[in-house]
Amino acid sequence: MTDTDIPHGIPLDRETPFDPPAAVMALHRGAEMRRMTYYPSGHLGWLVTSHRLARKVLADTRFSSRMGGPAQAPVPMAGLEAYADFEGDFPVTPGMFIEMDPPDHTRLRRKLTGVFTVRRMKQLEPRIEQFVEERLDALAAGPNPVDLVREFALPVPSLMICELLGVPYDQRDRFEADTATIFTMDGGAEAKEAAFGRLYAFITELSVAKRAEPADDLLSDLAADTELDDAEVAGMAMLLLIAGHETTAKMIALGTMALLENRDQWDLLRERPELMAGGVEELLRYLTIIHTGIIRQVKTDFEFEGHQIKAGECVTVSVQTANRDEAHFIEPDQLDVTGDAKGHLTFGHGVHQCLGQQLARIEMRIAFSRLIARFPDLRLAVPADEVPLRTDQNFYGVGELPVTW
Amino acid sequence: MRLIADREVCIGAGMCALTAPDVFDQDEREGRVVLLTEVPGPESIEAAEEAVQLCPSGALSVERD
Ligand code: HEM
Ligand code: SF4
Repeated sequence: MTDTDIPHGIPLDRETPFDPPAAVMALHRGAEMRRMTYYPSGHLGWLVTSHRLARKVLADTRFSSRMGGPAQAPVPMAGLEAYADFEGDFPVTPGMFIEMDPPDHTRLRRKLTGVFTVRRMKQLEPRIEQFVEERLDALAAGPNPVDLVREFALPVPSLMICELLGVPYDQRDRFEADTATIFTMDGGAEAKEAAFGRLYAFITELSVAKRAEPADDLLSDLAADTELDDAEVAGMAMLLLIAGHETTAKMIALGTMALLENRDQWDLLRERPELMAGGVEELLRYLTIIHTGIIRQVKTDFEFEGHQIKAGECVTVSVQTANRDEAHFIEPDQLDVTGDAKGHLTFGHGVHQCLGQQLARIEMRIAFSRLIARFPDLRLAVPADEVPLRTDQNFYGVGELPVTW
Repeated sequence: MRLIADREVCIGAGMCALTAPDVFDQDEREGRVVLLTEVPGPESIEAAEEAVQLCPSGALSVERD
C-alpha cells in the first residue's frame, strides 16, 4: 500500500448538496475497509465504508466507545494541535453514556429507555402537532420569504426536548448557540470547552432546582433517582439536550430542501400522505447527516475481516457510504420516497443505536406532513447553489434555508 | 418458527415494536422488549423476521422447527 492510498481523515467537501463527497465514495468503491490517519495525533487507524462491515463493527462491543477524545479526530479540525501527544482514554463526563461501554453504558441507558419507547413517543404526537401548527401559523402570518431553519426546523425539536426534559424554552439562548459551538469542528478547543462548561452549569443549576421542587418532567425524575448522583443526572440531561434538537433540526431543514429540489417527491408526498413514514426513512438514508461517521476504538488486539487490528487504533464507520451501498440498497443514489430504506444506519447500530430515534421519526413525519399540506407551493427563495451548506459541523446540513410561497 | 427475545441483551431501541407491533412491545419501565407472541400468525411473520434483522443489539432470534 502506498501513502496516497491512506486518506488523512474523511473527505468532507461536496460537489452536490445531497450526495456524499465524490472522494469518500471513491474510497468506498476501492475497499470495504482501509487504513486512515487520524488528526492531530497522526495515528494510523481504520476507515470502514461498506454496509456489511459497518453493521458488523457497530454490533461488536470490542469496538469500544471509550475514546482518545480530541487527540483522535476522524477529520482534520483547527484548534486540536495541543492534543497531538495525548495518549489513553479521554476522561468521560459522568452520565454521558454515549461515550461509555457496557456495563456502565447499559446501567445509565436503561434509566431512559422506558421514556423513549415507541408507545411513549406516540403519546407525544398531539403535543408535537400543536408545536408544528403554532410554528406554521406564525410562518403564515410573518414575513415572506423567511429562513425556515430559524422559524421552523430548529424550534420544533427544541420545544419538544425542552418540554420532555423540563428545560424552559425561553432560556434557549443558554443552550442552542452553545450546542452549535460544540458541534462545530473548527470552532477551536477553547471555545468548545467554554461552551461545554456553560451548558453544564446551566443544566446543573436546573437539576438542583428540580430536586428541590420536582415537576412532571424527565429532569425531575432523574434528579429524584437515588441510584444516580448529581453529576450523572447533569451529564445525562446534557446529552439529551445536545443530541435532541440540533440533529433533528438539521434533518428537517435539509430534508425540506431535498424534497423541494426533487419536486416530484414533494408532490408524491402531498398526494399520498400515507407514504410519509417510509419517506422519512428514505430521507434519513439518502441524506445521512452524520457525515463524519461513527467512531470507535479497539482495546485489545484481534483479527477482523483478515486485518490485524491493534489496541488503541480507531475505527471510523462511514455511515454515509454504507447508506449508499449498492450491495444493500436498490438505486441508492436516487431519492425515492416509495423505496425501501430499511436497514439504513443513520441512527447507528448496536448498543448505542440512537435513543431518541422514535421521537425524531415522529417529529420529522409531522413536520414534513404539515409543512407540505399547508404550504404546497413552498419553494426556495434563492437559487439552490446559494443555500449555505454546513460541512464544518459533526452533522451535515444547511445553515439557513430561505423559502417563499 | 418460534421467536426468542433476550431481555438481558435488549437496549430498548424499539426497532421491533416499530416494525412488528403485533408481535413485539416494550415494557413501561425500561423499554425492554416484550414478546406478545412466540409464534406469530402468518400475517405478521414477514414483519417479525424483518424486526429480528433490524434489532441493533442482537436480542432477537428465530428458532426454526
Ligand atoms: C434525525 C435525528 C437524529 C440522528 C440522525 C441521530 C443520530 C444518532 C446516532 C448515529 C447515534 C449513535 C452514536 C454512536 O453509536 O456512537 C445516536 C445516539 C444517541 N442519540 Fe440520536 N440522533 C437523532 C436524534 C436524537 C434525539 C431527538 C435524541 C433525544 C431526544 C437523541 C438522543 C441520543 C442519545 C441519548 C444517544 C446515545 C445513545 C447511546 O449511547 O446508547 N438523538 N444518535
Ligand atoms: S429492537 Fe432489539 S434492542 Fe430494540 S427493543 Fe427490540 S429487542 Fe430490544
